[in-house]
Amino acid sequence: MTKRKPLDDSPDWTFEKLDQYQTEIARVAAHYRLDTYPNQIEVITAEQMMDAYASVGMPIGYNHWTYGKKFIQTEQTYKRGQMGLAYEIVINSEPCISYLMEENTMTMQALVMAHACYGHNSFFKGNYLFKSWTDASSIIDYLLFAKNYVAECEHKYGIDEVEATLDACHALMNHGVDRYKRPQKISLDEELKRQKEREEYLQSQVNSLWRTLPIKEESADKKRKRFPSEPQENILYFIEKNAPLLKPWQREIVRIVRKISQYFYPQKQTQVMNEGWACLWHYTILNHLYDEGLVTDKFILEFLHSHTNVVAQPEYNSPYYSGINPYALGFNMFMDIRRICENPTDEDRRWFPDIAGSNWLDTVHFAMENFKDESFISQFLSPKIIRDFKLFQIHDDEKNSFIEIGAIHNDTGYQKIRTALSNQYNLSNLEANIQVLEVDINGDRSLTLRYVAHNKVPLAGSKDEVLKHLHYLWQFDVKLVEKKESGEEVEIGRCPPKATPVDKAS
Amino acid sequence: MANFIDRRLNSKNKSTVNRQRFIRRYKSQIKKSVSDAINKRGVTDVDTGESISIPKKDMSEPVFHQGSGGVRDRVHPGNDQFSPGDRIKRPPQGGGQASGQGEASDSGEGEDDFVFSISKDEYLDLLFEDLELPNLEKTQLDKLVEYKTVRSGYCAEGVPSNIDIVKSLQGSIARRIAMTSSKRAQLKACEKELEALEADKHDHIKEVKELTLEIERLKAAIAKVPFIDTFDLRYRNYAKEAVPTSKAVMFCLMDVSGSMDQATKDIAKRFYILLYLFLTRTYKEIDVVYIRHHTQAKEVDEQEFFYSQETGGTIASSALELMVKVMEERYNANDWNIYGAQASDGDNWADDSPLCKKIMLKKILPKARYFSYIEITQRAHQTLWHQYQDVADQCGYFAMRHIRSVEDIYPVFRELFKKGEQSAA
Repeated sequence: MTKRKPLDDSPDWTFEKLDQYQTEIARVAAHYRLDTYPNQIEVITAEQMMDAYASVGMPIGYNHWTYGKKFIQTEQTYKRGQMGLAYEIVINSEPCISYLMEENTMTMQALVMAHACYGHNSFFKGNYLFKSWTDASSIIDYLLFAKNYVAECEHKYGIDEVEATLDACHALMNHGVDRYKRPQKISLDEELKRQKEREEYLQSQVNSLWRTLPIKEESADKKRKRFPSEPQENILYFIEKNAPLLKPWQREIVRIVRKISQYFYPQKQTQVMNEGWACLWHYTILNHLYDEGLVTDKFILEFLHSHTNVVAQPEYNSPYYSGINPYALGFNMFMDIRRICENPTDEDRRWFPDIAGSNWLDTVHFAMENFKDESFISQFLSPKIIRDFKLFQIHDDEKNSFIEIGAIHNDTGYQKIRTALSNQYNLSNLEANIQVLEVDINGDRSLTLRYVAHNKVPLAGSKDEVLKHLHYLWQFDVKLVEKKESGEEVEIGRCPPKATPVDKAS
Repeated sequence: MANFIDRRLNSKNKSTVNRQRFIRRYKSQIKKSVSDAINKRGVTDVDTGESISIPKKDMSEPVFHQGSGGVRDRVHPGNDQFSPGDRIKRPPQGGGQASGQGEASDSGEGEDDFVFSISKDEYLDLLFEDLELPNLEKTQLDKLVEYKTVRSGYCAEGVPSNIDIVKSLQGSIARRIAMTSSKRAQLKACEKELEALEADKHDHIKEVKELTLEIERLKAAIAKVPFIDTFDLRYRNYAKEAVPTSKAVMFCLMDVSGSMDQATKDIAKRFYILLYLFLTRTYKEIDVVYIRHHTQAKEVDEQEFFYSQETGGTIASSALELMVKVMEERYNANDWNIYGAQASDGDNWADDSPLCKKIMLKKILPKARYFSYIEITQRAHQTLWHQYQDVADQCGYFAMRHIRSVEDIYPVFRELFKKGEQSAA
């Protein structure tokens, strides 16, 4: 490749320089077949970055005290110098919005553009979870709709009422996700139109479910019909559709929170992959520019310095250790896939017969498009990575007074570690498995939830508070039972608490 | 394809509403923190905000999540010493985990308070929500007692020290442009003509000579226009403007006889702090005069006022008389807004109380904006209270309240300064 005149590498950025670099990055990205949404790159100040933090990355959010709390926290830790701000935030939308911090040097801006505007952006567009669960083109409109709707409700029904409803929804937000069913995509106009109809329709449905006059006596059959007929995992959805006394506007708010939760769900499941993919590309693209002579030594050294910090993995006994760094794991795994394709060893041929020696670009694209963290790790974590990271697995059984090393980075351990690490990213193991079990429609209208423990891990103490929130939405008794291994179901929570003091609190 | 947007100039306070929501939600806790903080401050220390702390558990955002215990398998990096099957003592709780979810609040442990600061204004607003300064309106309308010199444009005459150079030179430039423009036009025309003649192949000696002379004449005429003229001079103009006085003096009167114990004084101190803070909202300059009395009154500093102990009987009128004296000597009612606050446990020598009433009505209240009397006692009211009740009936800006314990301070203060009506007790 012919050497070209290098781009200006002075540390201060200007919009012209941003544009030049962006053009070159885009060219290289296209060369590596990165398919992206159009980019909208916004330059913001540190304060605005803190605003963005506070709204958990949503460019437009409804007003709620928790965001204020988060803002105050961020502001304080930042002002005391305990925390640096991220270099960028990127939003899964079309056009894909990325925020660049004003303080960044030119090199950092280039890194960030390659990372966010081409790495994350192409991930949002290509990964199957994002494709099927989120609709990038409508999210901004939807958030705007949500903000306005909540504001309107506050105006009509008072801030306190709306706040209480939102609090309750937030408490159940993690359980407002369809894990298996795929939602349909709709636009803002449709959403608005439907929302009106839905309000009325929903209320009528609910009314018919709770009709107090017995229609026919056949409901008193010997076989009592269960409602719901199957346990429901999406608690917020269940509330929205079935809670007896919710007002129509409250149902809509439940829906809004549920939708937003759903929107973020893929991001939770693809942390390692998403960051790894973005790191792979900022690394590859900028090195490509360096090979072409477009960026200088000075530039590439500053870049490598930042890059190394980002993908550093402190060891388990380091004071900086706080779990596995998703940037480090993801980046190294993608780089390793490339290595396996280009320079496979015998070990790689044994472990990855399908990809060893194949076209690396095809393979990384395939991996990005069709996996989430859990499956990505169980598919692609190679013995070499396990050795490089010196991974080891700890088995911790509450019954014992000790913890046991289950596996280390040796021949017998690779497979075990791979499985354990994959499970560690399996959201269904991480989040409490709680489902709506039953509603006593003919009796006291109480709602029963069932917790199924994973590996005998009990539910944390916050459950009682959450039950209060659930009770606020359901407005009749709420019970929580835990299914023990023996199969019996034990009540572990109830709201409101029984009038007589419960003899044995479990 | 990319589109760059510079958002730096957009408003940065996107989170303001959320911050206010937060403060609104935790108002009761924040208020408690605020009123606790009052106690720690000196009377006149009001220039700072306040750091507020709220117990973390009050503001948790609960979610269903897995607790500790059960069976766990975790993978960690950096093995440097372990072999499969090694058994290690379980490290103390809290180490070695934290799932990928960032700060999924590990409720239970770490019950630190959530500490943050509010600005001075937020602090005072919280403290004085819905309160109004008594008689303020009246003061401002009644007495325009101070004059301030303010700039008011420019004028053509004045003393040299007030010359505004920029304005004057602007005038000079304008005048010169105006006076020379026609001559410049002629000059240009002549020069053009001269150029044309010189370019001509034929000689035009006479015309050239004439033109040269004309050009010289014009140049001289232009040069004659003076650079600056008295006509150009502009002077800064000043006018006097009446402003309402922004000075206030607050008299703190307190009984320090043997019957007043430290607890009672602390209650009184809180009351004075509140009053002082309240005044700072309106006045720029505030003097505080501390007068303590038993059988005799004495003007003292803050430290002595609150913390030195003396014993003796009680003659309240002595303090009132001293206040009158200080007012006459130092605080002319035309220049100063006078506020008074008296705290006592109600004990007074019975024969003295009618005298107090007299001084109050005749000498103090006519000059003061407001006077409040608080009685801090658990017992029944005595003569001073009854005498003052007469005063309160006659005078709208004399207020009195009864305080039993610390908790009463704030409500009583609020009641005294309630918005809208000047409640006479």
